[in-house]
Amino acid sequence: MKRIFLDYAATTPVDPRVAKAMLPYFTEKFGNTMSLHFFGQEAKFALDQSRQILADLINADPNEIIFTGSATESNNLALKGCAFRARSESKGKKNHIIISSIEHPCIMESAKWLEKNGFGITKLSVDKYGSVNPEDVKKAITGKTILVSVMHASNEIGTIEPIGEIGKICREKGVYFHTDASQSFGKIPIDVKKMNVDLLTASSHKMYGPKGVALLYIRDGVKIEPILHGGGQENGLRSSTANIPAIVGFAKAAEICKKEMKYETSRILKLRVKLIKSVLKIKDSKLNGHPKNRLANSANFRFKFIEGESLVMRLDLEGIACSTGSACSSFKLEPSHVLLATGLKPEEAHGSLRVSLGRYTTEKEIEKLIKVLPGIVKKIREISPFKK
Amino acid sequence: MKKINNTCGGLYTSKVMETFKNPHNYGKMKNADGIGKVGNIVCGDVMWLYIKVGKNKEKQDFIKDIKFETFGCVAAISTSSIITDLVKGKTIKDALKTTKDNVIKSLGGLPKIKYHCSVLAVDALVEAVYDYFLKTKQEIPANLKKKHELIKKSKDIIEKRYEKWSK
Repeated sequence: MKRIFLDYAATTPVDPRVAKAMLPYFTEKFGNTMSLHFFGQEAKFALDQSRQILADLINADPNEIIFTGSATESNNLALKGCAFRARSESKGKKNHIIISSIEHPCIMESAKWLEKNGFGITKLSVDKYGSVNPEDVKKAITGKTILVSVMHASNEIGTIEPIGEIGKICREKGVYFHTDASQSFGKIPIDVKKMNVDLLTASSHKMYGPKGVALLYIRDGVKIEPILHGGGQENGLRSSTANIPAIVGFAKAAEICKKEMKYETSRILKLRVKLIKSVLKIKDSKLNGHPKNRLANSANFRFKFIEGESLVMRLDLEGIACSTGSACSSFKLEPSHVLLATGLKPEEAHGSLRVSLGRYTTEKEIEKLIKVLPGIVKKIREISPFKK
Repeated sequence: MKKINNTCGGLYTSKVMETFKNPHNYGKMKNADGIGKVGNIVCGDVMWLYIKVGKNKEKQDFIKDIKFETFGCVAAISTSSIITDLVKGKTIKDALKTTKDNVIKSLGGLPKIKYHCSVLAVDALVEAVYDYFLKTKQEIPANLKKKHELIKKSKDIIEKRYEKWSK
């Protein structure tokens, strides 16, 4: 069976051009960047070059980029690193963190852990589209606030948050602003200077790079404590031998995204518009997330009377890979916290389908989904006790 | 070295997937003799089981017909279907002997996090039979009454836990 991948928000295949760029760094240019000899310096050069390329994509300086092992690690470092540093420097006066209620679990859980360690956490509510109101950010900031963290675009529902406005407010109030840009990096233009972003997380495997590498942008001057202590790599903020093949791949992926962003976005958007238009013809179906202000590759639907997993599995039987909520939620029984935050009832939140398009999505693939979906929804509804 | 299961093709056994793909005995039943409604919408699984009861040659009550309606995951739909297969034609007495392990075994196994779906299927049957006894004003066997009360108790606990969402 020819399989169709429509789960690009979960992860992406490595672009063959990226894989090719990485190859020499496994077997030939395998040095440790901390070594003084040729091999080490060869690797160091690749590291510096990669840092430059990635910094360029968001208008940052290379010394403001540090590499980590995952977006989860970057987000943990941003929250915990800023929180502990600010609390100790203020002698305990500053102890407050603000996040949105639709963040990825790695932010939610880090915040929960900080709460256990004596920090105050405020979760900002969102409107029915999943948008944070910048005015709410302003109201939530107190004299104790250290950091505000609001994601750039939702991994589940695709809504793009007003991070420029939030950044401006945070800068005026003198608190740090972190944004998790895992889903948006390489897909929509980001300028950390214009957007007043102090810290930004980006992930390689969401943009056709390899897994196991991510970055954290830390604006020059932001005070942060490391989580990993050791050899002092990455400005002392992330000790570990640099994963050069992955970093080179990450940079190559970013280079391609930058070059092809405009073309790719408009191509994918056309397919996505067609998809949404067709799917919403199914009776009792709705779009989750913002109708316009959303990532070009993301669509999230809900279908009354049915549950998401059975929908995903029936699509999988047809060779189509989508997801419900997020990939992480497959092992959880409670409905998505993101959809609940947008005001959906549990039964509505359970019936969600996330379709995310990407670089290799074709019109034919979208047509196949459009063709089989109505029948699948009908079949599951026939079994449901809630059908009309 | 321990053999690692190849989960390619999903978390579920082929029997589960086959049952999910082509479930038996689904749909509403008109004039059911007993209905068992279990599960909680917040957890994402709701199972309704309908039974029609007849008398066999020995004048014993038996499950003449059975149908289900389920809102839920692959496991919930498969366990619903399999329990209808397991008990259809059996006397009420024998049907009530069905355990969650029978359900799991008949499906060739379930992922551990989905075991509760097999419990749900057995509970739905218990509730349907209980409802039948109530409706026909028969004396309810002590064992059945005990099971029913346990199901009701756990249902109340779950409902209380999720009160904030169910409003």
